[in-house]
Amino acid sequence: MSIISPGFGGRRRSSRPDLPPGQYLTRDFPVLSAGPTPRIPLDRWQFTITDEVGKKHSWSWKEFQELPAEDVTVDIHCVTKWSKLGTTWRGVALDTLFENIETTADYTMVHGYGGYTTNVPLEDLLDGKAWVAYKFDGEDLAPEHGGPARLVVPHLYFWKSAKWVNGIEMLQQDEPGFWEEAGYHIYGDPWREQRYQGD
Amino acid sequence: MARAAVSRRLTWRAATVREARWETASARTLVLDVPDWPGHLPGQHVDVRLTAPDGYSAQRSYSIASSWTGDGDGVELTVQRVEDGEVSTYLDDGLEVGQQLELRGPVGGWFVWRNEPAPVLLVAGGSGVVPLMAMIRARGDVRGRQPFRLVYSVRTPEDVCFAGELARRVRDDPGLDVHYVYTRKTPDGWPAPAGRLTVATLNTHGWPPDFAPDVFVCGPTSFVETAADILVALGHDPKKIRTERFGGTS
Ligand SMILES: Cc1cc2nc3c(=O)[nH]c(=O)nc-3n(C[C@H](O)[C@H](O)[C@H](O)COP(=O)(O)OP(=O)(O)OC[C@H]3O[C@@H](n4cnc5c(N)ncnc54)[C@H](O)[C@@H]3O)c2cc1C
Repeated sequence: MSIISPGFGGRRRSSRPDLPPGQYLTRDFPVLSAGPTPRIPLDRWQFTITDEVGKKHSWSWKEFQELPAEDVTVDIHCVTKWSKLGTTWRGVALDTLFENIETTADYTMVHGYGGYTTNVPLEDLLDGKAWVAYKFDGEDLAPEHGGPARLVVPHLYFWKSAKWVNGIEMLQQDEPGFWEEAGYHIYGDPWREQRYQGD
Repeated sequence: MARAAVSRRLTWRAATVREARWETASARTLVLDVPDWPGHLPGQHVDVRLTAPDGYSAQRSYSIASSWTGDGDGVELTVQRVEDGEVSTYLDDGLEVGQQLELRGPVGGWFVWRNEPAPVLLVAGGSGVVPLMAMIRARGDVRGRQPFRLVYSVRTPEDVCFAGELARRVRDDPGLDVHYVYTRKTPDGWPAPAGRLTVATLNTHGWPPDFAPDVFVCGPTSFVETAADILVALGHDPKKIRTERFGGTS
């Protein structure tokens, strides 16, 4: 069915079982964002979870740093085709942030400084599946990679791992975020190659 | 289910190379026939898939260079060869006229120009000029009156894509300006030494923030970071600056 390109050898071949379909390995850490990189002073940084009745739970940078942190090593997969294996992050598990939050909503909209949004079902954020990370490779997270803090949801395409994250809003129904509105997949599972709407 | 009714599945389509031409020694334009192409907006891209005889396949994204009103069913892509690159080397040096490849799209609804009335500032680094050229061509097709400025950073004069066409469009159209920044080598008699894009470049050759231009910045990641930071520092509203990062670090 697919068209064969005679003489195309493929220089980035890798038959690793940990590489999702259509992805290739990179050693760099490319950047994908829709606009300029926001610079957020730490004394103004805040992270807020808003539940479905509008109740807010907020942390300042200092309070956030005092929460128990975890070191995790995960593979990340960007919809622009690169994957990076064994990346190391330090951050707070979403389980910790949601510990005292009671909600019946199944969906969330994740917000970032600069106005970015992306939707993630709540169950994809809990049970050790997601973190708000502030260190990458042992160093403070660089602004172009989402610092001071970004969401890391490694089992979904990386656009779901909102950079410059500043909050999560609980939703009763799933709604598309920024890239989802622009035609990207509503869920974004790299193993099912859910890149675009309808995949 | 209302959403499903309007959503369109992006299926892989067979595209045939109708024509190919070199823009520079290392960038080639592929004119592709794509039957039933749904049309596109300037700034959108396609995903290209190549499959080796043994079934191995690789995908990459390429911006559409042609404007929305291009002739008939098809798109033009302009591919800069990346040394040692897997897909770009094949698209530039391996693919022949008449041959087929697979693509799907158009993709992207944010980094697009929709013929809005605001002035436009385009900032290109290297092959980042491709989607911006689509915008310039689209404006030409609709005889847009919006003033357009392109600031185009290249290594040397020999690396300029679309040089002849840009010169012709600037000559014929008082609403279009192009300013080149040469980072390694300038043309003879050029008033400034070779060097990177600076605050002064974008201050002089961009639009003042008061004009509230729509800004599109495209190129290698580090170029986009630098240019977008400068524009924000000059006072442009970050929400009006749209960026597309092609990857690479040069
Ligand atoms: C939305 C989008 C639109 C794009 N549009 C265009 C376009 O119109 N024209 C075009 O020529 N390219 C475009 N690109 C870049 C293109 O998708 C490929 O990344 C590029 O052609 C290199 O692929 P490759 O397989 O040849 O190299 P690979 O085998 O992927 O990589 C080879 C090496 O080059 C580095 N590298 C990867 N990309 C680049 C780059 N862009 N510049 C310098 N080094 C790089 C990699 O880190 C790697 O070390 C676009 C990218 C995106 C995300």
